[in-house]
Amino acid sequence: MNAAPAATRTTYREALRMALREALARDPRVFLMGEDVGRYGGTYAVSKDLLEEFGEERIRDTPLSESAFVGAGIGAALAGMRPIVEIMTVNFSLLALDQIMNNAATLRHMSGGQFSIPLVIRMATGGGRQLAAQHSHSLEGWYAHIPGLRIVTPATLEDARGMLRTALEDPDPVLMFENALLYNLEGELAADAGAVDIDRAAVRRGGSDVTLITYGGSLGKTLQAAETLAQEGIQAEVIDLRTLRPLDDATIVASVAKTHRAVIVDEGWKSGSLAAEIMARLMEQAFYELDAPVARVCSAEVPVPYAKHLEDAALPQVPAIVEAAKKVVGRRV
Amino acid sequence: MNIDRDLALALLRQMMRIRRFEEKCAELYSAGKIRGFLHLYIGEEAIAAGAMRAFRPDDAILATYREHGHALARGISAGAIMAEMYGKAEGCSRGHGGSMHLFDAGTRFYGGNAIVGGALPLTVGFALADKMQGKPRVTACFFGEGAMAEGEFHESMNLAALWKVPALFLCENNLYAMGTALERSEAKTNLCAKAESDGVRAESVDGMDVVAVMEATQRAADSVRAGAGPMFLEFRTYRFRAHSMFDPELYRSKAEVEHWKQHCPIANFSAALRKQGSLDDAAAARLEQEIEAEIAGAVAFAEAGTLEPVELLTRDVYTPRNAS
Repeated sequence: MNAAPAATRTTYREALRMALREALARDPRVFLMGEDVGRYGGTYAVSKDLLEEFGEERIRDTPLSESAFVGAGIGAALAGMRPIVEIMTVNFSLLALDQIMNNAATLRHMSGGQFSIPLVIRMATGGGRQLAAQHSHSLEGWYAHIPGLRIVTPATLEDARGMLRTALEDPDPVLMFENALLYNLEGELAADAGAVDIDRAAVRRGGSDVTLITYGGSLGKTLQAAETLAQEGIQAEVIDLRTLRPLDDATIVASVAKTHRAVIVDEGWKSGSLAAEIMARLMEQAFYELDAPVARVCSAEVPVPYAKHLEDAALPQVPAIVEAAKKVVGRRV
Repeated sequence: MNIDRDLALALLRQMMRIRRFEEKCAELYSAGKIRGFLHLYIGEEAIAAGAMRAFRPDDAILATYREHGHALARGISAGAIMAEMYGKAEGCSRGHGGSMHLFDAGTRFYGGNAIVGGALPLTVGFALADKMQGKPRVTACFFGEGAMAEGEFHESMNLAALWKVPALFLCENNLYAMGTALERSEAKTNLCAKAESDGVRAESVDGMDVVAVMEATQRAADSVRAGAGPMFLEFRTYRFRAHSMFDPELYRSKAEVEHWKQHCPIANFSAALRKQGSLDDAAAARLEQEIEAEIAGAVAFAEAGTLEPVELLTRDVYTPRNAS
């Protein structure tokens, strides 16, 4: 048996930086642009020190012109580069929605398949930092609505390290959503960690009684909930979707075929949401496997508020996940 | 007029091709062969015909939804464009785009963008890529003055100037954003001043004079290619036809349209060529016949085209990924 590769203690933020550094070093076509990615070192310090290492041409500070620099990323990708565009936070990406929707997602099909747009757009998402309603939303489910885009949501150090590389190899636009609460996530990362597939969901914890389906910033809370449930004799299987478009139906359905029960945990709102989409797919593909109605734990249908107690109440929390799981399993709280 | 006779006749032919092609499109639209929106360029032909000569095959061209003329002048065949309007698989976008979304990788023609101003940020990106890759190419973007009310216009001008990228912004000022006159939508109607306020060099040109357009664009393209940074040209022009096939033209007077028709770029250029002895009745008739034959061929090609099998509907949403 081979010895396990040495692991180092690191953070999600550093794993992302490692991935950026590797991408920049490996391929001269790769460059990073966005607001404050250079001199400032990145709003969340993801690109810290990269300006010194790779220079202003490749670590490119932009004006506060989301539409223009996202569009410029699309144009540069069409003209032979491999741009990585950082948008400070998902709420700001709405200023670039025209470019993302009407150009990045559309040009290939609309041109009869003549062009590919190998562009990666990274952005922070999610609440929990008392930043109120213009910095705290989880809009990745919206983007997952759009044909032509691929949506990835790294929730672990391995995925933070590996998804960017795979995304850069993808010939089409990939949007990578980084839940801002994860940047400080610490853990062990194998020294040889590298590219990861972005086609499949991952089973992060095995279980036989209920399937908890989640992604991104909610993965940690869902695993905590599974731990609590285990103490009470309920074995929850936890699926990390990893990629929101295209969804890996097979992994979800296989798990539900085993547990016959499911709870979806999604920081987005319920109405017209990714959680709703997964429920619909379970109806279509696993209806006769289900022993109970599928449940979901989502954000309250409000703009995320500032005050801590209100924000906590608005976002999915561990007790709510535990309660929802017990209910579908048929045990009283 | 001090230009070579062959060049002059080529410019005239290009303008006439565009006009006759679009007159045929209008006819086919009425006949139900072409559907969707159809925006005619009639009256503005001198711009596409004159400006496009400044660009090399490896330059990139982006345009608006009123882009039949640009596509023709860039060298996409009339047949492929007509077939696109017919929604046929032989169309230059395989019938996925229609009139507003003509694309052709072979001539580096990147649309055909129906979001006003939507191609401006892309243009900055194309030019940035060329600059970063050390390629002496120019990216040209045609757009209407209506696009200058969009935030994307100023964002893109600023970025292009800030990064000094080889982009050429070609504004076709036909005085109306659909039906809204320039002075009814802009507090400051001096378009060059707007571009200059973002740090982009600007020049205003008579867009009804094909030679003036050609010469100004050539100078600008040379300067941009040489690394002097982006440039903006305003071409003053006028759309003779309605905005689209659905426009009753309530917003402008017949007298105004008639006034501008006196500046018809084709009629005036033809007259100048006749005056200097470069064009006679026989040559003009021959030109008409050749263009008529080309357009008849384009229509026949479109008529004979095939429909994309519905099984291929979802094929090009994503790029096929090589198994590896």
